This record gives sequence, structure tokens and C-alpha cells, in this order.
Amino acid sequence: MNIELYKNLENSFGVTSLEVKNRNQSYIRVKKEMAVPLITHLKLVESYKHLSFFTIIDQIEKGEFELLYMLHSYSRNHDLGIIVSIERHETDMESIHHLWPAAETYQRELREMFGVEFPDSPGLYENFCLEGWEGIPPMRREFDTKRYSEDTFYKRPGRETNDPAKYMKEKIYPSEAETW
Amino acid sequence: MVEKGCANLFTRSQKHINDNPKLPPIVNGRAKYNLESGKYLKIWQGPQHPGITGNMSLELTVCGDEIVDCKTHVGYLHRGFEKLMERRKYMQCFPIVCRIAVPEPDFNEYLFAATVEELAGIEAPERALWIRTLNLEMARLASFFMWLGGQSGSFGMNTQGQWTVTMRDYILDRFEELSGGRIYHMYMIPGGVRADLPSGFENRLLDTLKTCEKCLDDVELTMFNNSIFKKRSKGLGIIHPDIVDEFGITGPNARAAGFKRDLRKDEPYLKYDQLDFEIITGIDSDAYTRARVRLQEMYQSIDLIRQILAKMPKTGSFFTKLPNVLHWNIPEGQIYKKAECTRGEYGYYLRSDGSDKPRRIYVRGPSYTHAVSLMERLCIGGNISDTAGLMVSLHTYPPEVER
Repeated sequence: MNIELYKNLENSFGVTSLEVKNRNQSYIRVKKEMAVPLITHLKLVESYKHLSFFTIIDQIEKGEFELLYMLHSYSRNHDLGIIVSIERHETDMESIHHLWPAAETYQRELREMFGVEFPDSPGLYENFCLEGWEGIPPMRREFDTKRYSEDTFYKRPGRETNDPAKYMKEKIYPSEAETW
Repeated sequence: MVEKGCANLFTRSQKHINDNPKLPPIVNGRAKYNLESGKYLKIWQGPQHPGITGNMSLELTVCGDEIVDCKTHVGYLHRGFEKLMERRKYMQCFPIVCRIAVPEPDFNEYLFAATVEELAGIEAPERALWIRTLNLEMARLASFFMWLGGQSGSFGMNTQGQWTVTMRDYILDRFEELSGGRIYHMYMIPGGVRADLPSGFENRLLDTLKTCEKCLDDVELTMFNNSIFKKRSKGLGIIHPDIVDEFGITGPNARAAGFKRDLRKDEPYLKYDQLDFEIITGIDSDAYTRARVRLQEMYQSIDLIRQILAKMPKTGSFFTKLPNVLHWNIPEGQIYKKAECTRGEYGYYLRSDGSDKPRRIYVRGPSYTHAVSLMERLCIGGNISDTAGLMVSLHTYPPEVER
């Protein structure tokens, strides 16, 4: 990402924390209110026309979700990740389905998996992967997959399980196993 | 409104609706109809159906044999890979990733290895990079053979499907020699590859390529010149160039619409910058053109494998020694790596928090947009008998939608 573009975005949209990974990839952060205006600007003016993906990273320790919009510009040959932090208890975010019709699928999935709402996004409340799911959205960090499977399914009688970490230590590093 | 503009770009459906006033109007990209009127019928294609590319289903509303509405339903293969990987050490994730795509697991293995290597600052040796390139091209060829069988079968030509699945099996034999596995190879490990090429492998692979090339010639003669195939696939599922970016369409689906985009050329990874090839494009952007583009890419893939075998170093290390993988903490950071698979842009996003387990891995599969938002719109106005052919021509694959 060239510095000139970053400076422009910094002045107009208040973007921060430029992280340049390599010639073809950078990440920036922006506040929640400015996210959709920034993305609209990038799509319509700065040629970032391709939405590679849109996902969420759960930062449970900080009490926030990080929304990651990965845009790609074919003319610049550049990936730009836009990171937006939202509070974990205020999970409303503006929708981007008016920019990319394909974004409605991402938003449908994120509502189901993380519980983040995108008001006005078409078909937001239709089931995506899970049918009749109750309880906390499963991709949140506090959702314990092991406990869920123990509560939901029963063990087949007569079946023994090994602790994977211990088993691997003994099999792969037998000489070092004693020192741990 | 962008959405209305997009709906108008599905020229085939709009034309159909103008020609046939009995069909319901399209509002915001969706047909508006009353199911109670008795004019329409709701039927399901899938989740278990020969005309579906895997376990997913299409909820179709038809008026006669015309489709007026389509909804994609996924979730039949959801195994929560991304969540599973958050609770496992990096090395324990390695056997999981290949399960995300059956026809070409190698792209998952490569991308996972590449993201981990990038964050950990590990460099795979030269020979390992060549072997990876070879592996990816073999996977591309095998996956295209599987697609070719599906495409011919969906238009009622079952013979070509028998031939191409046999060819895929021959390539799987080579994979078995290389990695010990036919479907899931678990071969490209972070740091390099798991084993060197077996002795005499190159010659056996070249023999296989010769057989494959002969089969492709036969398929071209009997399928691509077949009047039934031409009649049914020409003009089917036209993707207007203006919607390519709106729907995030990549790979042969975009190239058939005239876009000269290929990650192997645009952002060369592995050893693609040392190989000589051109991006193959089409003009008409219908099912026939997409099939043509893919057929030419198969020939290209055979040529690339020959180039790789000629150019790769014959000896050398194929693996960098890793630290103790049970106590392997990857430095904090994030990276997105992508590769051109048979269906388009395949990508892995990895976020590490400095611990021995990934904080988040996101898998970007090209079918995510092709099979859901695009398929739902392209179907409308089409004939119910063409649905299977259309779906295969988009080369959709459900597990990468659900992950």
C-alpha cells in the first residue's frame, strides 16, 4: 500500500495502524462509524473492487470482536485488510450487501456463528449451516466444543481414549518424554 | 440501488421474463410470487442427488419446467474445521486441513503450510518448492478430470465420465506412490514436503500424462463437438462481465468472461514465475465457454507438469528441520495467503496470538460465492433439466462453503 493513499485515508476516514506485510498485502484499522464509508470509498474510487472475504476474529480477552474485510484491487495487485473493532456486547454492524450482493452470505454466516447482527441484510435470519441452534453462537471463543459434544452425545461402551498430547510425546519423542 | 442493477444483468432470466408474461417479476434480484396460487411448485434438488456436486441442496420453485426461484441450502457437511483448529496445536491442524476439499486437498495443505512458514519465518528448501508446484499441478489435473466427468454426465453423456474418472485414478496412483494416500495426501507439511519423489517416479508420471492427453483428445472429439452438448450448454448460465466483481467470481468462471486473471501469473507463488504459460480466457461466458477454458487448462496443466519435471533440481533437501512441534509457538501476527485452484482463488487467513494454537484460521473457498449467491441468481429463468449442468459448470464444491 503506498504511503500517499494511506495518508489520504488517514485524513478522510481516520484510519490507523498501517501494517505492511509485503508488497501485495497491508492491514489498516478504522473506527466502526467510518468503516462502511471507507469501504465504499475504496471500492468506488480506489479500485478495491473484489471482496476476497469477510470474517470475524473473537478477541475475548479485550471484550471485542475484530471484523476483517479483505479487499483486493486487481489494478494495484494489492490485498487490503480493514480491521474494525466492535464491543462484544453491542453486536450491531452496518451491512455491506449494497456494495457486494455476495456479502449477504458472509453476513448470514457471521450472524449465525458469532451472533453479530447486520440490520437490513437480506435473509439474515435464515439458517446457514446450523438448523434450530440454541445457545451461544458456536464460533465464539467461550463456546466449548468438547463440553458440547460430551453433553450432546454419549460414549460408546467399552471404548478407551488416550490423551493426545501424552500419546504423541511418547510416540514421537520417546527420549525426550521423560524430561518434560 | 446496486442490487437492482445487478438483477438486470442476469440477461437470460430477464429476457425469459419479458418473453413470458406468466413468469413472476423479479424484485431486488428475487422473484415475487404467490405459492398458494397453484401456478408454482416447490421441489428440492439434493442433498443426495446425482446432479449435485456434493452434499448440498437447491430449493427450487418452478412454474412448469421454468425455475422462478432458487435457494441454496448448505450445512450437510459442516464439521467445524475452523473451530476445531482453534483448539489444536499447529501440527495437529495439519491433518485436518486437507479434509476441507476432497478433489484437491493439496491446495489446503500448501496454503496452511505457507501461512505457518511465513509467520514462523521458516523457508522451505528449493527442491521442496518444486515438488509442491508439481503436486499442485497434479491435483489440478485430477480435479479437472473429476469435473469433466460430472459435466458430461449432467448433460446425459455418461461414457466420457467413465473415461475421465479412470484417468483421475491413474493420477491418484501417482499420488499414492508419492504420499501413501490416494485422496488425502497430507504431504506438504510446514517446512517442506514429507518425502522425496520415489525412484522412477518421473518416468511413470510422464507415461500417465501421455495416457491423459490421449483421453483429453478423445473427450474433445466426442464431447465438445457433440451437438447435444453444444445445444444444451451454449447460452446456459451466462455470467455478465459486470457482475464478476460484484459477486467475487474468480478462476475459470471469471476467465471465461474475458478476465485475464490468474494468481499463478498475477502474484506468482512457489515456482510459477519460472514456468512458461499463458492465461486462458474465453468470451461468451456461458457453460460451453467455461468448459472449453477448463479443457484448455487441463492441456496447460499437463504441459506445466512436463516443464516442472524438466526444470526441477534432481537432488537436494526437501525438508527444513522444525523445532519441537509439540511446543511450537508461532510469533504473533496475521497473514493471508492465496493460490489459484481449479475453481478460483483459494485462500487461508491465519491470525496467531503467539501461543502454540492458532487464534483464528479462515478458509476462503471460491465456491462460497459461486455456489450460494451466484447460483441462486443464475438459476432463475432456466430450465429445471439444466440445473445440474449449470451447477457443475460453476464447479461448486460444498465443503469449502461450510468448513
